[in-house]
Amino acid sequence: MNASAHHVTGPLLRVAALLAITLAVLITLLVASGFDASVALQAMVRGAFGSWYAITSATLVRAVPLALTGLAVAIAFRAGLLNIGAEGQLLAGAAAATAAASVLGATPSALLLPLVLLAGVASGAGWAGIASWLRQRFGVLEVISTIMLNFVALYVVGWLVRGPLQEPSKFYPQSLPLAKSLQLPALLEGTRLHVGALFAVVLAAVAWWWLRDTAGGFRLRAVGMNASAAAVSGRINVARVSMYAFLASGALAGLAGAVEVTGVTYALYDQSPGYGYTAIAVALLARLNPLGVLASAVLFGALQAGGNAMQRDAGVPVALVNVVEAVLILLVIAGERWRGSVR
Amino acid sequence: MITPLDDFLAAAVRTATPLALAALGECVTERGGVINIGLEGSIVSGALAATIVAGTVTGTVGVTAGFAAGAVAGLIIALAFAIFTVYLRADQIITGTAITLLSLGLTGLMYKSFYGATGVGLTIPTIGAVEIPLLARIPVIGRALFAQPVVTYALYALVLLMAWWFMRTHSGLALRAVGESPDAALAAGIRPRRVQAFAVLFGGAMAGLAGSTLVLAQSGTFVENMSAGKGFIAIAIVVLGRWTPLGVAGAALLFGGASALQYLFQSLGWNEVPYQLFLALPYVLTLIVLARASGRAAAPAALARRELTLG
Amino acid sequence: MTNVSDALHTSSPALALHGISKSYGNVIALHNVTMHVQPGTVHALLGENGAGKTTLMRVAFGLVASDAGFMEIAGARVSEHTPARAIARGLGMVHQHFSLVTAMTVTENIALGQHGVFTPAHVAEQIRTLGERTGLPINPNARVSDLPVSAQQRCEIVKALARNARVLILDEPTAVLAPDEAQALLRWVRAFAAEHPSHAVVLITHKLRDALAVADDVTVLRRGQCVASGVASSFTEASLANAMLGPTERSASVEAEVLPSVRPHTDSVGAHHVVLQADDVTVHDDRGVARVHSASFNVRAGEIVGLAAVEGSGQTELLRAMAGLRDVASGRLHRPTDVGFVPEDRHHDALLLDASLTENYALRDAGSRHGRVPWRELAERTAAVLSQRDVRASGPEVNARTLSGGNQQKFVLARALDDAPPALVIENPTRGLDFRATAHVHDALRDARDAGLAILFYSSDLDEVLALADRVLVLHHGVLRQVPREREVVGRAMLGLT
Repeated sequence: MNASAHHVTGPLLRVAALLAITLAVLITLLVASGFDASVALQAMVRGAFGSWYAITSATLVRAVPLALTGLAVAIAFRAGLLNIGAEGQLLAGAAAATAAASVLGATPSALLLPLVLLAGVASGAGWAGIASWLRQRFGVLEVISTIMLNFVALYVVGWLVRGPLQEPSKFYPQSLPLAKSLQLPALLEGTRLHVGALFAVVLAAVAWWWLRDTAGGFRLRAVGMNASAAAVSGRINVARVSMYAFLASGALAGLAGAVEVTGVTYALYDQSPGYGYTAIAVALLARLNPLGVLASAVLFGALQAGGNAMQRDAGVPVALVNVVEAVLILLVIAGERWRGSVR
Repeated sequence: MITPLDDFLAAAVRTATPLALAALGECVTERGGVINIGLEGSIVSGALAATIVAGTVTGTVGVTAGFAAGAVAGLIIALAFAIFTVYLRADQIITGTAITLLSLGLTGLMYKSFYGATGVGLTIPTIGAVEIPLLARIPVIGRALFAQPVVTYALYALVLLMAWWFMRTHSGLALRAVGESPDAALAAGIRPRRVQAFAVLFGGAMAGLAGSTLVLAQSGTFVENMSAGKGFIAIAIVVLGRWTPLGVAGAALLFGGASALQYLFQSLGWNEVPYQLFLALPYVLTLIVLARASGRAAAPAALARRELTLG
Repeated sequence: MTNVSDALHTSSPALALHGISKSYGNVIALHNVTMHVQPGTVHALLGENGAGKTTLMRVAFGLVASDAGFMEIAGARVSEHTPARAIARGLGMVHQHFSLVTAMTVTENIALGQHGVFTPAHVAEQIRTLGERTGLPINPNARVSDLPVSAQQRCEIVKALARNARVLILDEPTAVLAPDEAQALLRWVRAFAAEHPSHAVVLITHKLRDALAVADDVTVLRRGQCVASGVASSFTEASLANAMLGPTERSASVEAEVLPSVRPHTDSVGAHHVVLQADDVTVHDDRGVARVHSASFNVRAGEIVGLAAVEGSGQTELLRAMAGLRDVASGRLHRPTDVGFVPEDRHHDALLLDASLTENYALRDAGSRHGRVPWRELAERTAAVLSQRDVRASGPEVNARTLSGGNQQKFVLARALDDAPPALVIENPTRGLDFRATAHVHDALRDARDAGLAILFYSSDLDEVLALADRVLVLHHGVLRQVPREREVVGRAMLGLT
């Protein structure tokens, strides 16, 4: 057995062990809560992978926002920023995209779609920018500020869909559906998978290359590994690198929100599936590697699609998926214990 | 007669009570050098445990047992956090995030398996307010401070007790030393891990009590995710209170007041202000306050540090 | 010192370590070390950095569990040793890096580790009484962070005495003190040991002069083994140096390190043009407090200027301003744009421990680089630096964490010197390094100087300043002046005396 073969099998074994333990926890919880584990698991697998439609329109459709927010978290964590606020930045992006669409909707043209997405990107970056500013100007821990901003974003969206952005009948707490020209086209005919999936793949590849091969990417990693050494021995402007990383992270999450609105929901609602929180698990499981984020986003997409099917077909509360995600994070942490820092 | 102002002040103290309980616990945890973002998980677990126990056992015994069960549930969640952070020395922030997620999921799952998919109509008897003679007659603040459930009075005592404990006992001194310099504490014959584990467990039990208070002294029912970020607000309160029990109590009252503003405005008939903005107010206030409190000047020096000792 | 030989026969040792061994992985820190500290004596524990002195005393104090061997305190065999039990058994240890909670008061620090109710006024009174009785005055209500280093050290000793310590272990106590303060401390140590028949002091040091000046007995460690022990009067500086370094390793070039006073030095001042110049420079710290007041000096090409100062005198701020890492509040600074800088704390300020050496090498230009990083070229360059500068690493791809402290420092220095900058600023060039690495770093600095580099350095070790510097500057409370390169003069200047 040579070293290179070991390089491949090592991580694969690690992931296999993780998934095996997670499955065991899942089965234990199902049995302990009085459900038929085999029925529930079958429903889960069917919901995630049971058909072409399930794979594309349930699993992959969920994987797209998870990948984009997962990248957002990975970039921030790589820079040593504990941005727990992808959820709020996603909501800010979704709200801004909806607002932009409602303004531009009067003049339908496919050329305006990029503007709508851009509004989401800018809004996500701006929402993250608040936390970044509080951190640099006042030394406020970004963990706390981003969590607070998540709640604020949730309530602001709640107000928007009952106020300025509410549909004209003023009956439902939601916005008017987007004009057809402002909706993202389908990627695969006959499925709900949209071209947003391409954004996720391309951005993951770009982020991977940028972190590894460019001076800016190296600066970001250096600041994340040891901000003091970066400043003293690398003469890196740590404050500026941190700010750009925070803004980039927010922009990615904001894009996720805009893509959700223009590709999946076509309107702004009062509710959120919490992709921005799951994104933390997505990024950690991928060990903050942008390409790994794609794979781990598909896994979590399958978990959530399967979880919904399990609730529908076997009556198992979807909250179970949260538990499984948490167990995955804790397992990764316990594994990292023997090999240094997660950050 | 009861004026809108009386209502507002009473609501402020009522809302502040669970926040103060959780924040006092977190104050101890942070003084020991650990920041527990998983506090939210202890609160929601405490709320569910209190619901289940007080909903099963009736009467005063049930309520008392409910509070105890809440504290124990919060402690168990904190135990998981302590194993990862104090003993495995994992990242406190990431572990805390996972513990919160775990607790929200587990409580949601357990709630549904206990009470069915809908869970509608679940009501738990709540403990009423107990008026303290004379003190409750003090103008303006009397009813707000002294016509409250027993748990609020316990809180007052705890604040004073804890202030004394921090400054005037050797165990309080040991706790602060561990949060400032685990190396120095170790050299003085203190066991930093044990102290940190205690601090985390105490914080968890207090957060569990806060969760029980939400159910048994206020809402009388359980709702999924009913902690609604109170754990995070408690952490902000600790920062605002400059890591002292009296400061924490004051900061909690400020947040209680911000949350209670919506009742005041409603009773004054200012209904045109959207209620979502009131709901967002405490969180915005937290941000402003954190910016004003500026940084970590008074924070324990070893807060959130992973390496227990540097030597 | 007749009491030494008497005590040997009449009473059991105050502290006895028998056959102590300790390994970390496959690194042997201590091997079968035996040491007897007699009551009423000062016992010097000598050895180079990394010889195992501190580890041995950490075993004695219960901070480290030994793999083999046993110990006795006042004749009683000790088991399941912890710091708390060591204190209860009459041991007190003053660590090289103080174990004080700087955010707390002296009173709180001294009360730490006890049980029950804490009454500050009561403890403060005890401290005053104890201070008067033992000649260690200290203000009980002061915050430790507000105290100068020498007072912090007094606080540490009082802390041990307040717990009825009979055997004091002092780890390199003179390293942080100015010479006069060090003399005063050694006099106190002598008096403490003589004061009571059950008292004893273990003095951990690598300074032969201190050991011979004050100790009754001497134990010398080398690479974790006891290589010499006996009555101090039976040793000379030369024989101790031989024992510390091993007979074969001692050469002409190492003599200067161990016995700095014997090394003459040629002055190269005035030979070259000025590279670094400060005119009337005032520098503030992060809190906006002025730490350096109106300093004026220069450093020329081809000379080494050494800065001597007691800790916290403003040297950090001054050096970082000269390196371009801190703005000056007033005055003018003339410096080339590319001044190399080697910080004191390698792990905190110089290295990305979990990144490869190539990435650590790339860090030097990270702030100004654009576009793609030529990783392949950088890896080749790093490999070349490793071999040229004798950095022991298996290749440029290994993580910085895997290198020994000495090799990390060699690497950091090599990185700063690569591309031949006109000037180098360096803080505590050899902190924590063993003898060989120290000699290597000193040689590298002298070679760079001879090649025309202007070097400004600070060392907390006065001997290092005297050994390495062509010219000496002294900083006291932020006031800078140049003094002749003489031990006595520099020492007095460090305390602000003229």
